[in-house]
Amino acid sequence: MPSEKIAPPLWQRNLLFAGVCVAGAGAVIFNLLTSDTMSAPKHQASRYEKPSFRTTVDLVDEQFAADWEKAGLEPTPPADELTQIRRLSLGLTGTIPSLQEIRAVEAQPEGERIQWWLSHLFEDRRTSEYLAERFARAYVGVENGPFLIYRRRRFVSWLADEFEANRPYDKIVRSLITAEGLWTNNPEVNFVTVTVDQNEDKKGPNEVKLAARVTRAFLGVRIDCVQCHDDHLGDDWLQQDFHQLASFFGEADMAISGIRETGKPYEFKYRRQREPVKVPTIVPFQPELLPERGRPRHRLARWVTHKENRAFARATVNRVWALMFGRPLVEPVDEIPLEDTPENPYPPGLEILADDFIIYNFNLQRLIRIIAATRAFGLDSKMPDDRTPPTLEHDQHWAAFPLSRLRPEQVAGSIIQAASLTAIDADSHIIFQLNRSIQLGEFIKRYGDIGEDEFYIQGGTIPQRLLMMNGNLVHERIKNDLVANAASRILATAPNDAKVVEATYLAVLSRRPSAEEAAYFVRALSQKGLLSRKAKQADLYWALINSTEFSWNH
Amino acid sequence: MNNPCNSASHITRRTMLQTTGLGGLAWLTPVAHWLGRAQEKASAHAPAKSVIMLWMAGGPSQLETFDPHEGEKIAGDTRAIDTSVKGVQFAHGLPQVAKQMHELTLVRSMVSKEGDHERATYNVKTGYRPDPTLVHPSIGAVVCHELPDAEMDIPRHISILPGQWPARGGYLGAQYDAFKVYNTNGRAGNITARVKPARLDNRLEALEQVEQSFARGRRADLDAKTTLHNATIQKALRMMSSKQLSAFDITQAPTKTRAAFGDTNFGRGCLAAIQLIGAGVRCVEVTLNGWDTHANNHEAHVTQNAILDPAFASLIRELRTRKLLDQTIVICAGEFGRTPKINAADGRDHWPTGFSIALAGGGFRAGHVHGATAADGAKLDPLDKESIHVADIHTTVQHALGIDYAKELMTPIGRPMALSDGRVIQTLLK
Repeated sequence: MPSEKIAPPLWQRNLLFAGVCVAGAGAVIFNLLTSDTMSAPKHQASRYEKPSFRTTVDLVDEQFAADWEKAGLEPTPPADELTQIRRLSLGLTGTIPSLQEIRAVEAQPEGERIQWWLSHLFEDRRTSEYLAERFARAYVGVENGPFLIYRRRRFVSWLADEFEANRPYDKIVRSLITAEGLWTNNPEVNFVTVTVDQNEDKKGPNEVKLAARVTRAFLGVRIDCVQCHDDHLGDDWLQQDFHQLASFFGEADMAISGIRETGKPYEFKYRRQREPVKVPTIVPFQPELLPERGRPRHRLARWVTHKENRAFARATVNRVWALMFGRPLVEPVDEIPLEDTPENPYPPGLEILADDFIIYNFNLQRLIRIIAATRAFGLDSKMPDDRTPPTLEHDQHWAAFPLSRLRPEQVAGSIIQAASLTAIDADSHIIFQLNRSIQLGEFIKRYGDIGEDEFYIQGGTIPQRLLMMNGNLVHERIKNDLVANAASRILATAPNDAKVVEATYLAVLSRRPSAEEAAYFVRALSQKGLLSRKAKQADLYWALINSTEFSWNH
Repeated sequence: MNNPCNSASHITRRTMLQTTGLGGLAWLTPVAHWLGRAQEKASAHAPAKSVIMLWMAGGPSQLETFDPHEGEKIAGDTRAIDTSVKGVQFAHGLPQVAKQMHELTLVRSMVSKEGDHERATYNVKTGYRPDPTLVHPSIGAVVCHELPDAEMDIPRHISILPGQWPARGGYLGAQYDAFKVYNTNGRAGNITARVKPARLDNRLEALEQVEQSFARGRRADLDAKTTLHNATIQKALRMMSSKQLSAFDITQAPTKTRAAFGDTNFGRGCLAAIQLIGAGVRCVEVTLNGWDTHANNHEAHVTQNAILDPAFASLIRELRTRKLLDQTIVICAGEFGRTPKINAADGRDHWPTGFSIALAGGGFRAGHVHGATAADGAKLDPLDKESIHVADIHTTVQHALGIDYAKELMTPIGRPMALSDGRVIQTLLK
């Protein structure tokens, strides 16, 4: 049963606990500062030099270069590799890389590190879990949903399994749309049961909500605007377009055995009509792609994921881009025009990436690798000198990597990771993992989760700063504790103060200190005064964790 | 998901309307309504300045609080007691609030379409139904946005003992979120530095070092315009050392006053709310959990009322004593009411069609009751002219605060949105 994976029986956990304690004590003696004991991922560097990979990357790069030239913008130079590694870790695992991982990636040849890092991340369960959570927000939202018949955790875990196996994305989506059975046995069914409104008289899943989710999350189309009336505001959608789409879910019904295809056809009372009418199953565009035969939801699923239904590929590209950059290519993330026009052209890269995604059978990992290899992803977020810093126009045209505020779980995950020298992952360090979930919950509540408003950029708040400056989580993670905290272990094991400062910067900010920073903090550590070295090391950790750089993706 | 439309095309239309001279107001607001507003009398008294929201999380039963039907089948054994206003009765669990009825406006004909806790909470706190494309601001956020102040050191929007869904800034931005205070011991969360002042200075100097390094090669106004990081740290530091913090501390109030609010967290929160309002805070939300009585409704209400009664009554009395009642609107509301029918577990379930909200102060009428539910507790017709919609309460409250509720703000997704889209219920106001 999947639940056993999450919560092993108590005796097993006790055993693990004891084991981790023993291992933890051992690790203190073992110097992790230069360790490269991490297991190497399966990785073939040559793959990402082949034309089948490079051609797409080059085409995307060309389109961006042309756009920058047209806008008269000088793009920023490439960011150093550790900065890019940090971006990938935050985007794909929700946390920063560990010191141990940084050592391991730096042992790889220059130029190959980004793809090697992705090979490493794709083997890490944290990646699939985190991606699943982020995608789930678009599929089912963040609410707890209907009591008993909706199991969000089970759903996310299933999605993580799919991502971990790198199952083609079109297949995943078809499983969601056509899901049948019990929400406990078939976790994908929760995509359907989450829409059941237990306070309404009508039983069964809500066709309207499902149609809205399907169009927004999978197609990047906001056709649900015309749920109540025709669109008089520019688009050509008619109210019936939406309800004819909703009608595909009409037969899906709730039975004792779960979601089944037994219900009555979908009926709707249009405006200015007296009686509800039976609504036919018709798709709002490209009707030629809809299979003629089959159960309604199966026909719809085939249409949504059809290779010629480019909206599907575009919407996925846009969402993956947003996860990696903190900002979607087309805003908002779930509203992409079906056609581009001279006045409102598609942004550079979108169509090329969509083509590649379609040709290579909706391979999500490939899409992530391609985006990571583009010049745009690798750009710095700053200029080498102060006189010509990147402007808002740079941001608009992706001529500089955009700054985005970290999400609460990214901040919490980063604090906990910064306090550990080795990667906190799902396989090892159960003790940390348990610790993490309790503290994470509390921290996220206070930091302020923005729910489904995933990519809405805004500045920091006072409660966040108070939480970071004075809160318990940071305090616990920077205080002197030789077993639990990296701050103390770095101080105890580094050969000199310069190495203390360097290792601390790498563990917290995933970079080395500048010459000035190194000089400042080495001096601070060695100065005689009232404060102990341990206290000064805690202060260094405090300063780095409270910086803009720590709380933002850059 | 009532009206999730937005897009670039909407902006185009809005721009077009403006350039053709119709103005921004007309396009979302029916013209008749717009013209009608000219007829409204301006608030007779000086507008209210602040709001205290007593949030009854879970949804209290109207029948066991403000709308008893003693002797009817729907009442169970709930008795009614007289209040300080002739002919108005409360349920027997609220004797102290009953003595303050002459200060209250009681609406017994609230209707909404939301029967789920999260959605209904959103609805009652913001005046709008949940919408997948944007988050509406709660009333406190609107008040802070529309009635800016001379600089305060402490946040102007505060949630004491926040429940699951505390008041949010929504599209106004997270800086309008309620500042959450999880205890009533006088120390708001995380406002005390972990180290002595001299060491905190060291830490801040070290931080400055890292910030300088990050700022290199970036826009000079990055912090002021985008991250707000150091700007916020400065505000947080000011708050940490502010004298206004003492408003959180209720031990300064006379022992007798404190005792009157009851020896409960909620009671202490109510007293803190008064002190905070007195210090210049715009909106304080105080939450009392535990009203979701699907089982043993009557017993649970005995417990809940015992907490609410002294706290709410003392709040009104103390605001009056401190001459703050006329400038403060008090709202006592939950997300919905509870079913007239008592279920098999002796509980009552969710009931958005005929519940009660109590208001006081800030230009609301004193000793007034609006609307009624039938003896059999039948659903109220939302179209009935006596029925009050959640949005109407928001519009009326905003009006009493002197806020132009019909003003539209451009939301971050490019969709204009009125502050509130209900009606001003003039009969609720003085």
